[in-house]
Amino acid sequence: MSEEEQEMITKVEAPVYLKYNFTAGSAPTRFLAQIKKGVLAGQRCPKCLAVYIPTRGSCGRCGVPTVEEVELSDKATVQSFTIVSIPIPNNPIEPPFIIANVVPDGANVSFIHLMSECVNEEVHIGQRVQAVWKPEDEWGYSMDNIRYFKPLDEPDVPIELIGKLTVTGEEG
Amino acid sequence: MSQPEILNQAFELGYTYTRSTGPVVGRFLTGLKNRKLVGIKASDGRVIVPPMEYDPDTAEELSEFVDVGEQGEIVTFAWVKEPREAHPMNEPFAWAMIKLDGADVPMIHCVAAKSESDVTTGARVRAVWADETIGFMTDIRCFELV
Repeated sequence: MSEEEQEMITKVEAPVYLKYNFTAGSAPTRFLAQIKKGVLAGQRCPKCLAVYIPTRGSCGRCGVPTVEEVELSDKATVQSFTIVSIPIPNNPIEPPFIIANVVPDGANVSFIHLMSECVNEEVHIGQRVQAVWKPEDEWGYSMDNIRYFKPLDEPDVPIELIGKLTVTGEEG
Repeated sequence: MSQPEILNQAFELGYTYTRSTGPVVGRFLTGLKNRKLVGIKASDGRVIVPPMEYDPDTAEELSEFVDVGEQGEIVTFAWVKEPREAHPMNEPFAWAMIKLDGADVPMIHCVAAKSESDVTTGARVRAVWADETIGFMTDIRCFELV
């Protein structure tokens, strides 16, 4: 009995795997076709003029389709970030690393990506960053064409202007 | 603009949980590892397999473990004609509620049978153990008709 208790089962592996077959809709397909060419393409709402990336094909605020495509800069501003210290299963990146929401110049919403070539403790909201791309021959239909964003030697963007810069990085 | 190609990609989302068993289920799973089936006695004297931590009527903590047999009787069943990926068997099989000898409450498990007509309510079945037992429900590979 004591021997049995020593090898008592106390936990079980109980993973849940959800298998999807993801088909990109028309707006994501346009976005992915552009990212394959190394271009960050947003879409502008005809009503409120907000520029979205990645594109969903409609404006969530106005409820109207977005058709006009807008080429955005690969320079961006950190809107928020987190330092990941705990390893994520099946994620090859070793912690600590930084996940940030960055708003590319010319867009009004952020997308999530990695930051690197930075001092983790010095990353901050409003920081200017730029995409570091993979070599062109490795580009596919993927956000991974951008390896990560690295800090730029540019003045911080005041919080109230984050997400409001023009494609040339000026106050919109 | 020409018709863009349709982009399609397989994607798997995995939640790699490890669950704590607690002492009662842990005891049951430890039993499986040793190729034994263990139930628990409820306040009304019923033997429940797999064991429950708390009494279904009084909600009191239960602790009186009872060994039960590895044979039993099919109380009810459903035949699976086309097993799916997550199912424990590749061939058609039955999910069955099996009342093990010495137990008063049936337990669900799979029953291997050649055809649906071989499986009947009241049929006697016996546990088939996995080659290697690890302390998991699949230590019983399936039940087979006696």
